[in-house]
Amino acid sequence: MTDLSKIRNFSIIAHIDHGKSTLADRLIQHCGGLTDREMSEQVLDNMDIEKERGITIKAQTVRLNYTARDGETYELNLMDTPGHVDFAYEVSRSLAACEGALLVVDAAQGVEAQTLANVYQSIEHDHEIVPVINKIDLPAAEPERVAEEIEEIVGIEATGAWEEGGAVLTSAKSGIGIEDTLEALVRRIPAPTGDRDAPLKAMLVDSWYDPYLGVVILVRVMDGVIKKGLNVKFMQGGTQHLIDRVGCFTPKRTDLPELGPGEIGFITAQIKEVEQARVGDTITTVKGGAEKALAGYKEVQPVVFCGLFPVDAADFEKLRESIGKLRLNDASFSYEMESSAALGFGFRAGFLGLLHLEIIQERLSREYDLDLITTAPSVVYRVHLGHSKTEDAKTIDIHNPADWPDVNRIETIEEPWIKAVIYTPDEYLGAILKLCQDRRGIQTDLTYVGGRAQVSYELPLNEVVFDFYDRLKSISRGYASFDYEQIGLREGDLVKMNILVNAEAVDALSLIVHRSVAEERGRGMCERLKDLIPRHLFKIPIQAAIGGKVIARETIAALRKDVTAKCYGGDITRKKKLLEKQKKGKARMREYGNVSIPQEAFIAALRMGEE
Amino acid sequence: MARALYIHWPFCIAKCPYCDFNSHVRKTADTDQWRDALLADMHHEHLQAVSEEPLTSIFFGGGTPSLMPPALVAGLLQEAEHLWGFAHDIEITLEANPSSVEAANFADLAAAGVNRVSLGVQSLHDEALRFLGRLHGADEALQAVAVAQDRFERVSIDLIYARPGQSEADWHAELARALSLGTTHMSLYQLTIEPSTRFATDVRQGVFEPLDDDNAADLFGLTRAMTAAAGLPAYEISNHAAPGQESRHNLTYWRYQDYLGIGPGAHGRRCETATVRHRKPENYLAAVAAQRHGIAEARALDRAEQASEALLMGLRLAEGVDLADMARRFGGNPAALIDQAKAQLYHDLGMVWSHGDRFGVTEQGMPLLEALLGELVASDLVAS
Ligand SMILES: Nc1nc2c(ncn2[C@@H]2O[C@H](COP(=O)(O)OP(=O)(O)OP(=O)(O)O)[C@@H](O)[C@H]2O)c(=O)[nH]1
Ligand code: SF4
Ligand SMILES: [Mg+2]
Repeated sequence: MTDLSKIRNFSIIAHIDHGKSTLADRLIQHCGGLTDREMSEQVLDNMDIEKERGITIKAQTVRLNYTARDGETYELNLMDTPGHVDFAYEVSRSLAACEGALLVVDAAQGVEAQTLANVYQSIEHDHEIVPVINKIDLPAAEPERVAEEIEEIVGIEATGAWEEGGAVLTSAKSGIGIEDTLEALVRRIPAPTGDRDAPLKAMLVDSWYDPYLGVVILVRVMDGVIKKGLNVKFMQGGTQHLIDRVGCFTPKRTDLPELGPGEIGFITAQIKEVEQARVGDTITTVKGGAEKALAGYKEVQPVVFCGLFPVDAADFEKLRESIGKLRLNDASFSYEMESSAALGFGFRAGFLGLLHLEIIQERLSREYDLDLITTAPSVVYRVHLGHSKTEDAKTIDIHNPADWPDVNRIETIEEPWIKAVIYTPDEYLGAILKLCQDRRGIQTDLTYVGGRAQVSYELPLNEVVFDFYDRLKSISRGYASFDYEQIGLREGDLVKMNILVNAEAVDALSLIVHRSVAEERGRGMCERLKDLIPRHLFKIPIQAAIGGKVIARETIAALRKDVTAKCYGGDITRKKKLLEKQKKGKARMREYGNVSIPQEAFIAALRMGEE
Repeated sequence: MARALYIHWPFCIAKCPYCDFNSHVRKTADTDQWRDALLADMHHEHLQAVSEEPLTSIFFGGGTPSLMPPALVAGLLQEAEHLWGFAHDIEITLEANPSSVEAANFADLAAAGVNRVSLGVQSLHDEALRFLGRLHGADEALQAVAVAQDRFERVSIDLIYARPGQSEADWHAELARALSLGTTHMSLYQLTIEPSTRFATDVRQGVFEPLDDDNAADLFGLTRAMTAAAGLPAYEISNHAAPGQESRHNLTYWRYQDYLGIGPGAHGRRCETATVRHRKPENYLAAVAAQRHGIAEARALDRAEQASEALLMGLRLAEGVDLADMARRFGGNPAALIDQAKAQLYHDLGMVWSHGDRFGVTEQGMPLLEALLGELVASDLVAS
C-alpha cells in the first residue's frame, strides 16, 4: 500500500492529435514501465484501428513509479484519453477518477475547441491543471504565443517558467521536457484523500471484456481497501460478486494484493457481461458497506442512428453474433433488430457520433470479416400524433425514417438541436458561417482572439450528422475545430423524402429533411445517384418525392453496347470468368425494382459535397 | 453428333497490337519436331475419344496457320483421317493471312484437303491496316481473296470495325465494298481493347481513344442491317453467312457439342471434361516430349458448369438454345437454367424471345449480349 501523499492521479487531456499518447509513451519510458525494446509508438493505443488511424478511442490507465528530484518515489496513475469529441465520455470518466490533468496544447496549433471543452470539464471536477506545450520541436512552434493564448482563452497560468507555475515545454517526439513534466505534476497535482478504515467506496470507472479474464473493471478506490476474496456489491446494479483478482497496468498487467484509498487499478470478479458492470456505479462491500453511493456519471446517449445490413443476406447470423461481441467491449453503442424491404434483416444501431459510427462499422468489417451496407445516419425525432379512429393522441420517438408515421396524423415534430462551438483561423470564417447558415444554423456568439475566431451556433443535429464535420474540415483545410453539446428538442417543419429508383421507393435512401431544404437535397441526391448507379440495360428514372409529389428527377440512360468480340477457338473459360465477375459484382449490389444499386451508393448519395 | 478437331499453330511473323490470342513470334520452328508433337497430341485425343464417329470438321487456327508448310498440313490431315475417318462432307478450315506469300501456298493447301479458308483481311484501308499492325496492304488482301475464291470451295473474311474515329459513313463504304467481294461468310468483330496488349498500353497512355459505346452500338446496328440485306445475316453475334454457309466447326462450339483441341493453348470439351494445352510453344513441346500429350489441365465439369457454358455459347446464336434439350443433357428443370424474373423483364423490353422450348436474344438485345448473359444465366449455375 502506498502512502496517500505519494500518489498522483492525473488524466492527459487535449484536442485531438496534440500529442497525448506520445507524451504518455515518454512518461512510461522515463519511469521504466517498459524497456526501449518493448516500446512502440503510442503504445497505449493498442487496438488495430487506433494504430492505423493514429488516434485514441479508448482511455487507458497506467501505473508508474517515479523517483522525483526530492528523492521520494511516487505512484503515478496516468490516464491517456481520446481527443475526438465523439469519445468525450471517455474523458469525463477519467477526469472523475483523478485529482488533476495534464493539458497538452500543440505549440503550433494552439488552443482548439476540444482543448476548451476538456478544460471546462476538468475545472468542474476542481482539478489542478498543468499546461504542457508540446511539439516545440516543430518549425512552426510558437510556445510563447501559445502560452499567452492559454492564459487569455483558457484562463490558467501558462507564461513563465514551469517552476514558477508556467507551462511545461515539451517535445514528446524528441523527448524534451519529460522530466520537467513529471516534476511539475508531482509538485502541483494534489495527492488524493481517503480513509483506509472507512467502508469501501470505489468508483467503477470503466469495464471491458477480455477473452482470458472475462469482464475487467477499472476502479478508483475512494475509501477502504479492495482485495481478492472480498464480497462486493454494485450499489446501482444491485449485483454481488466475489473479487478474484486485483491489479494494475504498468502497462503490463500486474497482480497486486490490494488497492487502497486513492489508488486506481483493475479487478475481476467472474463477470460475464459488461452490462453488469455499468460505469459510474459504486462498489462497496456486502458486509458493512457504504451507505451512500458516489455521484455517478452522466449516462451517454447515442445521438446518431443508422441501419447496418450484411451485404450478403446469409451473413445476418454472423452479424448478430459479431455485434454482440463488439458490444461487450463498447457499451456506448446500442442496437436493435431491423428489417428493410430490400436490405433484408439487419440492425439499427445508435452511436455517439459519426466517427464512432465509422469505427464500429470498420471494426465489424475488419475484426469480424463482414461486408456491410450502412444506411443514412439519422437522429431521433419526437413526433406528436393526433388521435385516429382507433387510437388516442400520443407521442412517439422515431429512430428510423422507415417508421415515419402517416403524415395526416402528425401534429408536430420535434428534432434535437445542438450548440456547436467552432474555433477557426479567421480567414475561413466566411465559408464556415455560410456552411452553418446552409444547415439551418442560428448564430449565437462570435468572438475574436488574435487571428482566430470562435463562433457559436445552434444547429439541428440532423444537419450535422451526415457530413458537416467533413465539410468543416475541408473548407478550413483542417484548421477549424468543432465541439458540440445537445441542447434539447425544438419543433421543426420536417418531412420524409423518398427516393424512387425506377419508380420504386428505396427505403434505405429515404430521409427526414426540413421542408425548406428538401428540394435542394432531393436534387443533390438524384444527381449523385445518377453517377453512382451504373448504366443498366434500360433507362432508369430517379426521383425524389415528398408524399406523392416529385420534387426532383434525373434519368440514367440505358447501356447501348456490351459485347466482347471473339470467342476464340472454343475458349469458354474467359467468358465464364466474366460471368463469375458479374455475379460477384452483383453480390455487392442491392436490387430495387430491377435496378442494382452498389452498396457504397447508400452513403455516398448523401454526401452533400460542394454546395 | 458432330465431332470437331481444332489444331493450333502458335506462330506469327509479328504480333498485332490488338491481339490477345496465343500467338508467338519465333525466328524458326522445327517442322519435324512440330509434326511429331502435334501427331502425338492427336493420338492422345484419339485414345480419349471413345466413339467411332468420323470427324465432321477440322479447324487450323492460330497464330497464323497459313505459315505452316502445306506438307505438314497434309500430314496432319492424313493422320486424322486415318484415326477417325472423315464424314463425306467434312469441313476443313484454315486461317490465313491475306499476303501474297501465303496466297502462293493456297493451291497446295487445297490439295492437302483444306476446303475452306478464313482470311484475316481486317480492313480494306491501308491506313487502318497500319494502325492494326497488319503487314499486308489493302490491294494485296483483295488479290489474296480472289486467289482464295479460286482455290477453295468456301471463303470467309474477317474485318475489324468500330475503330477509333470510325464514322458510320466510313464503315458503310468499307463494309459495302467487302460484301461486294462475294464471299459467303464474314466474321465482323468490333475492336476491343484486351488486357496485356499493346493497345491496352496505348489507351492507358492516351495514344488513342477507343470508339465510345454509343457510336459502336450504331455501327453494330448498321452491320447487321447491311449484311442481312446482302443475304449474309448474322447467325452468331459476330458471324454472318449465306444460308447453309455457316462455319460448321464454330457451330460445334456454340451448340456446345464435343470438340477436341490440340496444339499450344488449344481448348477442348470432350466427355464432360475441359482440356487446355500448354500455351507457350516451348513448354508445349517439352510437355509432349515428357508425357506424349500437351495437356496442362484436364478438368471434369459438373452439370451446372456445363449448363452455364452451354448458355454462354448458345445465346450467341440467332437460333438461341433449346432449354428442354439442355435440361435433358444437364439434368434439372428447363426453368432453372434461366433467371425467370429477368427473362420476363427482358422479354417485355424486347431483348429476348422464346418460342416453345427455344429461347434466344433478339436483334435488339444482341449489342448488349454480355450484360444480358450476366442477368439471364441462373445464378446457381455460376461459381462464386
Ligand atoms: N513534431 C512533433 N510531433 C509530435 C509530438 N508529439 C506528438 N507528435 C505527433 O503528433 C501526432 C499525434 O500524436 P498522438 O500522440 O497520437 O496525439 P493524441 O493527442 O494522443 O491524439 P488523439 O488520441 O487521437 O486525440 C503523431 O503523429 C505524433 O507523432 C512532438 O512533440 N513533436
Ligand atoms: S496474325 Fe492473328 S494471331 Fe497473329 S498476332 Fe496478328 S491477330 Fe494475333
Ligand atoms: Mg492519443
